[in-house]
Amino acid sequence: MPEACITFSDLTLGYNSHPAVHHLNGVVAKGSLTAVVGANGSGKSTLMKGIVGVLKPMAGACKVAPGAKLAYLPQQSELDRSFPARVVDLVSLGLWPRRGLLGRHRPEDREAVAKALSAVGLEGFEKRPIDTLSGGQLQRALFARVLVQDADLILLDEPFNAIDARTVADLIALIKRWHGEQRTIMVVVHDLDLVRQHFPEALLLARQPVAWGDARSTLAPENLLRARQFHEAWDDKAPWCAPGEDHGHHHAHGHHHAHAHGIHEHPHADKAADRAGHRGAA
Amino acid sequence: MAILYEYLIAPFVEFAFMQRALAGALMLSVSACPVGVFLMLRRMSLTGDAMAHAILPGAAVGFLLYGLQIVPMTLGGLVAGVVVALGAGAVSRLTIQKEDASMAAFYLISLALGVLIVSLRGSNVDLMHVLFGTVLALNDDALTLIGAIMIATLAALAVFWRALVAECLDPLFLRSVSRLGPPVHFLFLGLVVLNLVGGFQALGTLLSVGLMMLPAAAARFWTARVEPMCLLAVAIGVASCLAGLLLSYHAALPSGPAIILSAGVIYIVSIVVGTRGLLATRVRHASHRTA
Repeated sequence: MPEACITFSDLTLGYNSHPAVHHLNGVVAKGSLTAVVGANGSGKSTLMKGIVGVLKPMAGACKVAPGAKLAYLPQQSELDRSFPARVVDLVSLGLWPRRGLLGRHRPEDREAVAKALSAVGLEGFEKRPIDTLSGGQLQRALFARVLVQDADLILLDEPFNAIDARTVADLIALIKRWHGEQRTIMVVVHDLDLVRQHFPEALLLARQPVAWGDARSTLAPENLLRARQFHEAWDDKAPWCAPGEDHGHHHAHGHHHAHAHGIHEHPHADKAADRAGHRGAA
Repeated sequence: MAILYEYLIAPFVEFAFMQRALAGALMLSVSACPVGVFLMLRRMSLTGDAMAHAILPGAAVGFLLYGLQIVPMTLGGLVAGVVVALGAGAVSRLTIQKEDASMAAFYLISLALGVLIVSLRGSNVDLMHVLFGTVLALNDDALTLIGAIMIATLAALAVFWRALVAECLDPLFLRSVSRLGPPVHFLFLGLVVLNLVGGFQALGTLLSVGLMMLPAAAARFWTARVEPMCLLAVAIGVASCLAGLLLSYHAALPSGPAIILSAGVIYIVSIVVGTRGLLATRVRHASHRTA
């Protein structure tokens, strides 16, 4: 059994007593590379926030291995683009875990920042004010900041949004390099072909975990169909989830087939699937 | 040269009250202007104004108990300001209400309370004193207080600079790597209150926010980096104080408004001719580069 980097024990995360991630159990192994997939509203970003700790669990717990340094690239950054800062200032924020509040930035730190910028193809952008960057360039700068953070656990929430194909390839190469360096990485991705091609493992969410394990078998058609059938909208009349109720999913890592809990049968399953189809990619 | 000396230097050499006014105003500029830059960058420019009103009841209680004296009024103002800042901050962090709304609610309550307390004793003349201050009557106590506030502010800015910048630039990132975010926010609101209270005797509650915000707002039009912006704001603050005091001396104008209006002139000039101002960004260049 590989060492655990993140341990979910009956983790429920959500908003206003409506769960967005419901009773998640399992372990993310140290050094693993996992894609987190699922439809809109299936709890992917919420799970990320729960791991970072900016969202407190409604029930259960999410434990990150002690001492693991964490880097998080959120889907919706709270970055203030009008703030008078240069690209190099933004990327240098990533030195915080190493230098903290008062530590001086040394020459090797500046070198790390320069290397990170060139790794994402932003050499020559050091002195540019951040409000002059395009959306994709900014995303790459944020990626460079993650590089500088030199973290053991890296969480990327839809990092490939608004990024051109060539840069996606560069960033994937970067993620694979991290993987080779035994870092633990979780990436929220929408492009399923990308997942099949590049990610060893995947976690398919539809509020409940639908499947988790080897990427290709997780993304098998029957799992995707089940994931599509979940009800995205909150149900204000939904019964309260009773404690102690058997959810039957003490999920061991590597056990990646049919999930006992499954999705509650929907009376208009066909219609729901149809609608999901119209919404586009799961 | 003699004329220049006569007009620009002599008033400060010959009169002790002008020297004190200059010392007080300069210390206030060094301390309040960088705070103003961060207020502006956090889109909290009007928060300074709200806080300036919020300190009124505390100052009024000091005034009610001890008369027109700097130390009790300042301490009272400090307490009232901290209560309002903490209250508004806590409401915005613990409930769905945003800080602008909670701040408005708290400062309006506080202001009404202040006016009520002032009216219990004294005339409108006293209220005018509290609201508009007088830099030409700074005593030793007031100068010591302003000096202490300047040192405390500069020390706090130096220590927490990186956290303050990170909290402005990317608060979510700061939360993911450190727990300093919320404490830094409250520390910063504390600095705002401290500097408004410091400017209180010199400029009054209403105008002290002017020395904090106008130089910062003017500096925004000249640079795209924080450090130079803070330095430039201090320079603009110092220049406004010098100009305002001289204007007030030669033309027999009230000193507080003269200082703030001098800063206002610099602000308006900056809007037009600043390197990031109207002329630089609106005037079409005849040619453009290929890349």
